[in-house]
Amino acid sequence: MHVEVRGLTKKFGEFPAVNDVHFSIAKGQLIGLLGPSGGGKTSILRMLAGLETPDSGDIVFHGTRVNDLPPQEREIGFVFQNYALFKHMTVQGNIAFGLEVKKWPKNRIKERVAELIELTGLSGFEKRYPHQLSGGQRQRVAFARALAPEPQLLLLDEPFAAIDAKIRQELRAWLREMIDRLGITSIFVTHDQDEAIEVADEIMIINKGNLEQKGSPWDIYKNPETPFVAGFIGESTIVEDVSTLRGFEQAADWPGTKALIRPEYVEIGQANEFRLLSATETGRVRHLHFRGSEWLVEVDVGASRLVTYRSLEKEVLHPGEEIQVLVHRAYLFNDNDSWIMENRLKEDPMPVHI
Amino acid sequence: MRRLWIGLTCVVFALLLGAPVVRIAIGAWSEGWEGFRHGLTRPEALHALGMTALIVVVVTVVNTAFGVLFSLYLVRAAWLRERMKRLLNSIVDLPFAVSPVIGGLMIVLLLGPETALGAMLERGGIQIAYALPGMILATLFVTFPLVIREVMPVLQEIGSQQEEAASTLGAYGWTTFWRVTWPSIRWSVVYGVVLTVARALGEFGAVLVVSGNIMFKTQTATTLVYQDVENFNLASANAVALVLAAGSVGLLLLMEWAKSRREG
Amino acid sequence: MSSTLQSRWWSWGFRSAVMLYFILLIVFPILGIYGYSLSAGLAAFTENITEPLAWKAVLLTVKLAFVSTMINVLIGTMAGWVLIRYRFPGRGLLNSLVDLPFALPTAVAGLMILLLLGPQSVVGQWAEQLGFSILFHQPAIVIAMVFVTFPFVIRAVQPLLEEMDGSEEEAAYTMGATKAKTFVRVILPAMLPGIASGAMLAFSRALAEFGAVVLVAGNIPGKTLIASVYIFGEIESDNITGATAVSVVLLTFSLLILWLVNYLQSRRKGV
Repeated sequence: MHVEVRGLTKKFGEFPAVNDVHFSIAKGQLIGLLGPSGGGKTSILRMLAGLETPDSGDIVFHGTRVNDLPPQEREIGFVFQNYALFKHMTVQGNIAFGLEVKKWPKNRIKERVAELIELTGLSGFEKRYPHQLSGGQRQRVAFARALAPEPQLLLLDEPFAAIDAKIRQELRAWLREMIDRLGITSIFVTHDQDEAIEVADEIMIINKGNLEQKGSPWDIYKNPETPFVAGFIGESTIVEDVSTLRGFEQAADWPGTKALIRPEYVEIGQANEFRLLSATETGRVRHLHFRGSEWLVEVDVGASRLVTYRSLEKEVLHPGEEIQVLVHRAYLFNDNDSWIMENRLKEDPMPVHI
Repeated sequence: MRRLWIGLTCVVFALLLGAPVVRIAIGAWSEGWEGFRHGLTRPEALHALGMTALIVVVVTVVNTAFGVLFSLYLVRAAWLRERMKRLLNSIVDLPFAVSPVIGGLMIVLLLGPETALGAMLERGGIQIAYALPGMILATLFVTFPLVIREVMPVLQEIGSQQEEAASTLGAYGWTTFWRVTWPSIRWSVVYGVVLTVARALGEFGAVLVVSGNIMFKTQTATTLVYQDVENFNLASANAVALVLAAGSVGLLLLMEWAKSRREG
Repeated sequence: MSSTLQSRWWSWGFRSAVMLYFILLIVFPILGIYGYSLSAGLAAFTENITEPLAWKAVLLTVKLAFVSTMINVLIGTMAGWVLIRYRFPGRGLLNSLVDLPFALPTAVAGLMILLLLGPQSVVGQWAEQLGFSILFHQPAIVIAMVFVTFPFVIRAVQPLLEEMDGSEEEAAYTMGATKAKTFVRVILPAMLPGIASGAMLAFSRALAEFGAVVLVAGNIPGKTLIASVYIFGEIESDNITGATAVSVVLLTFSLLILWLVNYLQSRRKGV
């Protein structure tokens, strides 16, 4: 289903939960609504479902305005954060509920339930009650229940929040595969950026009721449009005065501008590890944290402290050691503007052509 | 220390709760089986017990239905503002604060034969005060909060998510209520109903004032006990009281059962 | 579309019916009694309420309700504690017996106490030998009030005790506190909100009690005539204005207590 939202606004008392949000979603896409808790993601999802009434703005499904339709008539499936399974009904009963309400014939209900139980890998659990299932299984029941009446749009509110980290990985991949197979337009809410990046075709970053940016995960990572997005996606450190770093001296032309530097923008090593030594400067290792698959290194450069990763294959560093630091790029922002600045010295001043 | 406290508690319970019950059981048999049977099968006793039963049934049905609906509105309704809900919620408790005698007096004041409304109704052939409708009204007033106070916390606790899930699956209000909400609240409703029955069965002050305690007309079991005591007819009073007490003990067992079902 | 329209009509009907029922049954009568008591003017109201028998009845009620509440605070705190913290045979039975006064008709409760304390009974004779009497005197009223309000404090204290998982006590022990000190400094403060709200509910119920008291009090004006029985007497003797005036005083008292309980509870939840 093609979804379009225009000027969506919702206030809870004085608190603006959602603030003039516009977006449109093509059929068959899987969209992640990402942002900090309490930012308005869930309110948007609930308004799409008809569980909350917008103060103003239009919600359009397939070219038809649905603002005045109750949730019962919107042809949506909704997976709740804590699943909201009917606790006095079995797995089967939960999945069949939507079909019975819609008065499907008995034999078709039976077929559809069997099909979904097969699809979600719940065979053998049909007669169990929700409290007899694990978190992951409950999640699947919620998913099957939402899908049973063949909705046009699937909405998922923090679908993995209540599940152990390990199973969460598995379920994410499973959900992605399932939605690909069914080709149903889906929107899910999450506060976990890894989850959004891994699963979604497109991400919408929501903060304080505003849609900050919409785009593919790679796009958002590469070209954050607002400081909030830049800081929210990926790891980063903020440098107050970036003009003190080598290669960024011209940043002094914009007073009051701060810089955001990601670990992967920074390279460290002994002098012999760099091809362009002139672009580097000297720093001192402050701390080393073993991260399981790599080192996380904190380096002091002048008055700034930067964070970067270092491969375990390379020579081991020690705290206090002097090393060379190369900052490839920085994301600069001030109150009105934000842009990416590359290290000027990295462009070889005297290229040697072989 | 432990022994002392347990012992003391047992003594208090035995003296305060056990002794009176035992005493009334003995009292009812003081004139033997015949006395008991006579006390109970007097025509006025039969009539009074019948009145009580009628009031209990009507009041329980009405207040259960309205109580459940009212709780649903107070917890869920989007058309009531939060401030309004809080106000209504505190008003619900008022009958707890009102002495039953005052509860009865209110009805006499508003609907008695001397009032405009009462006189009008009487001309239409409907008598409220000193008749069955007034007694039912008084009991309705007194028992109004009981179901609501049991059901509301449960509704708040289960939250609205299951109901919302049902609505996104296409179920409308009525279906959602019976298939999703009701199974979660039914034992609390049962508990509230048992409390209502107990209170309606035992209501005395309000009914006494409203009914005028007219034998064979508006006399209920509790007001009959009162009248018997006033007439020093203790053995007969005992017989009726024993039946009422046995009813209460039965209700107490039901209460325990409903409580265990609710928690289980 | 017609189905949604229909359901809208239905829900409108339900809403109005329930709200109307609520207003007519609960709000209207209470406003009515206030209105009636003031309809004859403030002077008539004060005259009715300054009637010596009337204010004596009110004062007596407050005094006896207070005494019985204090007794219930002691008994209730102890019983609530014992029933939650100790395991002993018969505990379940006692715990379900707590609600008996709620289930028992108050007139029956009055009759029970009458039989138990009457001049022919063991207790009555024993008291008479000692030179005082219980029945038809103030002690009987207090006993009746204690009986009907018995469950309030216990039922208010129990959930609070259940919530405490014992780790707070253990923490106090590890810091060297004795059992008695732990009880006074750690456990009692935790129970206090329950004791307070239970006591206030018991007090307001005791103020309002009629059925159990009317049978055992003797109802001697100025001596053992409590407010609710006074109101009843005034109604019987057709002095409706007198009855309403005392009712309003009693009612206002109870409403204040109820409001206080609600306020304390909401504040506790808010913290």
